[in-house]
Amino acid sequence: MLPAGHDDPFAQFKVTFFEECAELLADMEQHLADLESGSYETETLHAIFRAVHSIKAGASAFSFARLVEFSHKFEFLLDELRDGKLAVEPDLVETLFRGFDVLSDLIGFSQNGEIVEGSYGQDALDQIERFLAGNGGAGNGSSKNGSAEDDQGLATVAAAASASVDAGEAAVEKDNSKHFRIEFTPHEAMYRHANEPLLIIRELKDLGRTETTIDISRLPSLQALEPEDAYFSWVFDLWTTHEREDIDEVFEFVIDDCDLTIVTLDSTDEVVSVDVSPCRVDADEDDGFGFFVDVSAVSAGTVSAIEVPKEEKPAAAAAESPAASPSPAVSVPAAPPAGSAQAGGSAASAVKAASIRVDVDRVDRLVNMVGELVITQSMLAQEIELGAQMSADRVGTGMDELSMHIRELQENVMSIRMQPVKSVFSRMPRIVRDVSKKLGKKVRLVTVGEDTEVDKTVIEELADPLTHMIRNSLDHGLETPDERREAGKAEEGTIRLSAEHRGGRIVIEIIDDGRGINREKVLSLAKEKGVISADAQLSDNEIDNLIFAPGFSTAEEVTDLSGRGVGMDVVRRNIQSLGGRVSVQSFPGKGTRFRLMLPLTLAVLDGMIVGVADQKYVVPINSIIETVRPPKKDVEMLVGGGSVIRIRGDYIRVLPISQVFGLEGGECDPSKGLVVLAETEGGRAVGLLVDALAGQQQVVIKSLETNFKAVEGIASATILGDGSVCFILDIDGLSKMKIPEEKLENRRVVAGKKQTNQNDNIAAGVAAE
Amino acid sequence: MAEDKATDQDVPQGFDPSLIGLEQTGTDDKDAASGKMVQFVSFKVDDSEYGVDIMAVREIQGWVKVTTLPNTPEHVRGVLNLRGIIVPIFDLRCRFGNGLTEATELHVMIIIAVGDRIMGLLVDAVSDILTVNTDEILPVPQIDSGGDQRFLAGLITVQERMVALLEIEKLFSIDDLVAQVTSAAE
Repeated sequence: MLPAGHDDPFAQFKVTFFEECAELLADMEQHLADLESGSYETETLHAIFRAVHSIKAGASAFSFARLVEFSHKFEFLLDELRDGKLAVEPDLVETLFRGFDVLSDLIGFSQNGEIVEGSYGQDALDQIERFLAGNGGAGNGSSKNGSAEDDQGLATVAAAASASVDAGEAAVEKDNSKHFRIEFTPHEAMYRHANEPLLIIRELKDLGRTETTIDISRLPSLQALEPEDAYFSWVFDLWTTHEREDIDEVFEFVIDDCDLTIVTLDSTDEVVSVDVSPCRVDADEDDGFGFFVDVSAVSAGTVSAIEVPKEEKPAAAAAESPAASPSPAVSVPAAPPAGSAQAGGSAASAVKAASIRVDVDRVDRLVNMVGELVITQSMLAQEIELGAQMSADRVGTGMDELSMHIRELQENVMSIRMQPVKSVFSRMPRIVRDVSKKLGKKVRLVTVGEDTEVDKTVIEELADPLTHMIRNSLDHGLETPDERREAGKAEEGTIRLSAEHRGGRIVIEIIDDGRGINREKVLSLAKEKGVISADAQLSDNEIDNLIFAPGFSTAEEVTDLSGRGVGMDVVRRNIQSLGGRVSVQSFPGKGTRFRLMLPLTLAVLDGMIVGVADQKYVVPINSIIETVRPPKKDVEMLVGGGSVIRIRGDYIRVLPISQVFGLEGGECDPSKGLVVLAETEGGRAVGLLVDALAGQQQVVIKSLETNFKAVEGIASATILGDGSVCFILDIDGLSKMKIPEEKLENRRVVAGKKQTNQNDNIAAGVAAE
Repeated sequence: MAEDKATDQDVPQGFDPSLIGLEQTGTDDKDAASGKMVQFVSFKVDDSEYGVDIMAVREIQGWVKVTTLPNTPEHVRGVLNLRGIIVPIFDLRCRFGNGLTEATELHVMIIIAVGDRIMGLLVDAVSDILTVNTDEILPVPQIDSGGDQRFLAGLITVQERMVALLEIEKLFSIDDLVAQVTSAAE
């Protein structure tokens, strides 16, 4: 239970284990959601079972006792479910979800080396136990043979766990050792549950000297034999200095899959059996573990010895705690000071996975491509070696091929980082489920386009904003069932979460069919809170977008779900930091649509290269609305030197880049240059006056701040084909910059415009912090 | 590189302001007597000669056209693509208040590492590599007017010529300061 320290030789494997756990949990969550929605197959149940089983197996390899203990119980419940002994019903699914929570928390604790409270997850265990108890017999029904068949007996073993085993101390002195008799009758299904008696027998052998008797009476004829069933049962006589708990531990994993009796014999019994039994097998001498002992040779002495302790059994069993309360296991670390282990919810803060899983296909393609590159390169080298005789034609072809391969290579390398958004989307059903329950709303979540791929970094950053927006829709957007009925809608609200590729970006939409944004309320609140000035005139769309302003909350009461109105502001900031945009569109009484537009990757950007004076700049394509060459009549000069252009009835501010950047020789008259209309974060357009468009190109983003510092109006840098550095313009930054002549700009252009500017500046100013 | 870094940090300590105090205590100081040898790359700006710690120098490159940065102080000549890294280039002559360098192919950029950052200094020419004992580094006399002495860590005499050792860390931080002032003035 130690944290994975630097000296831990298994640290590397643990990392792998936790990565796997994360994947398994994600799968499991998805399957659980399917289970809940009722759209599941038997395979779904199997998949959940496998996930838990894999986690258990890994956990036991690293001795995460709590995790093992819990996953074991959980697995058992799932097994019942899988075998059809339990029906999938809401209560059970609830339990499974709770179990899932505990499981992921326990994994989180194990990963961080945190100490778990002894009682943690007890409620989930109790629930699981209740279901198992309700089913009765807990899987015992299938095998009625064997002598020691009682649930109590099973429970005794379940209750045990100990960390004090030292298997190295196998050398046992007969004098001070205790004598245990263990009757072990596996159920038929043991092998199918991935348990292997041989391993158990070996472990027993490690505890001390054993004598083993095998009972093969259950073995059917060859025709009737099910190769996957377990037919043998064993009786072990064990002389060991170890405690009873250690023996229990050996059987820890199989207790639900077998009938097991462990009794302590006193020394007199011991003497008898040792001397008499002809089928005594010294474990050190015989690795057959009694498999090959002639059953008929079992002596009367041994048999009678089995009979004797049987009467002691109930007492031994009763002494142990019943199955219903799994022990606060010995191996569990001491209870931490209150509050150090946050029960529930802490799984969310899981460490970000530093590795990615890539399709072998993609890697193969890469390898292929590198091969092609090498071939082309050697072809070119050969050709160039010819010197004067080289054929310009062939070199040209070679270069073409080379550039094609490199382009493909780039695309493929990028695609390695691409992951389906499923990993984020799959968390949402859970949130919808929990939150809607809490709010007493009926909600159906529809997800579309989960396989849309986007860069890994984007995905990681997407989870938080998306969660928040979903919560927001649940809390503020959707009405309660009563309200919905009154409004003539179906009681069950719908939230549609969709992802799709659109023009080199990913568009994620969250659409609810709720009440929409209450514009009057938003407006009055915004005025009240000073987000906008009292006499502001805003369009509907502008009002809707006010919910992204900082310090804004329209909920009648502040709930713990949607936070305190800082949420949407943070969402917008998060999205913007990813180079994306978020907008909202509301249809009163019908619903609200949030739309996120994100770049597919953060490393490469599609840019329009523009020329200004003797410089070139890159304008991100995704923020360009259009490029116009405004006729003179549409250009209006403002008092003070600024200018606006009129486009489709709207006035748009024009920023001459050459003036803003203090370049000489650039065009300053909008009617003579080109105006690139670009969208700012507030959805407002700004016109960038440039001299020329120099073409469209994918550019690799390089930070300017690594070696220098941020420069106003410049987002980052890139390197053009000729090796020169070129700057990528920061549209939002630019829109806030002043040109010297503009200092006295007349603010009374158009009243509405002025207000918009102010609002956006306020919002933008905070976002920039 | 790791070893370089270690030395990097050692050397400035050898001739930092503390050196002034060290010099005043006289030569009987044990450390001073056994001062270690340090190396500097010396270069010319106008008629003056300057030196920077050799361990900070990453490479030396002839002048190529750089991309100018808008709205930055004049001495920020722009940025250079150094094998995929964006490196800002500072005009030392301009930094010292003697006007812009009319850069030609014969001018030289000394690429140096300051902390985690890489930057380039535009100078007229690189002249030599100097190996001196830290004892030979003399303090910069206090002069009231002008602040450029703050960039200097010490002075050494090489063949009757004075070489001023640059304190690149300071040069950089003051750059920052100036930039802030400039932008604030706007």
